Amino acid sequence: MTWTLIILLTLGAYAFKVTGLVFLGGRSLPPMFERCLALIPAAVVTALVMKDTFTNGQDLVLDARALGIAVAGIAAWRKAPLIVVIVLGAAVTALVRQI
Amino acid sequence: MNESAPNLPWWKDATLRPAIAACLTLSAAVGVFGFSFGVGSVAAGSTVLQTCALSLLVFTGASQFSAVSVIGAGGSIGSALGGALLLAARNGVYGLAMSRRLDGGLGRKLLAAQLTIDETTAMAVAQPDRRSQQVAFWVTGVALYTFWNLGTLIGALTGSAIDPKTFGLDAAFPAGFIAMVWPLFSDPRARVAAVIGGIICLITVPFTPIGVPILLSVFGVLVGLQKPVDAPKLEVAS
Repeated sequence: MTWTLIILLTLGAYAFKVTGLVFLGGRSLPPMFERCLALIPAAVVTALVMKDTFTNGQDLVLDARALGIAVAGIAAWRKAPLIVVIVLGAAVTALVRQI
Repeated sequence: MNESAPNLPWWKDATLRPAIAACLTLSAAVGVFGFSFGVGSVAAGSTVLQTCALSLLVFTGASQFSAVSVIGAGGSIGSALGGALLLAARNGVYGLAMSRRLDGGLGRKLLAAQLTIDETTAMAVAQPDRRSQQVAFWVTGVALYTFWNLGTLIGALTGSAIDPKTFGLDAAFPAGFIAMVWPLFSDPRARVAAVIGGIICLITVPFTPIGVPILLSVFGVLVGLQKPVDAPKLEVAS
């Protein structure tokens, strides 16, 4: 992590918030645009799951994390509380590494 | 029915109590996310100070997780920033929704902007009238900001005291991401967007710089160009 990134991200994230709330305030965007924006987390966060589970740098790998995240996924599907999902994912990954 | 009583201060108004309780419960739960962010961030190589600065200044969870995750994997500042800003863009839409509901001058709005995220917007728009919407926004905002940053600090201190890999804490990020994304999958188009985003990421990992697959995954949202089939048909015949 670098301070440059922290500062740029602070400014960028605040810019989005303040643009909607203060500068554009009251207006609305084309529905198609709003629909696409609303789908960003589904697409990008899923990509982050894939990256953090199946990659190591530029290599695709299958290791202990895959099992841990599979269990976390089942827990999320069964509507387990957030803390349970995270602890299960970490614990199963650690356990598989020990074996 | 559920109209709040404007002659009482908000903390004495019994009709607002269930909403306030819900806001506080949600905020405390998000503190757990803050904790996992803190642990994961130091595990990915940030200092405790940098980790806390991210939560204090950026204050939008998914973007913080994304930036730390990309940098931790060896990605460039540009790709880390790009992915994080993609995830921050939706706060602009929340700002639009909140601008119709919040009162106050410019100073108050500039402060409200920093608190305009998923949870504050969701809690506010769920309330029946303008006053309770504002109470829900501010209570959630202040409580969540407090819990998020406390959680981050405790997590960062914990993470720097132990070896993250031994406890599988490198899996805490993707597990947290799963918990974050799962509720979105009730929308069929979100599921399609997720599958496309995930596949794009895995396909492009081997031959693009680290972090770039996260940027490319955003093409999954193009599924939103098409009108949802189950939406109410407003224009019957054109």
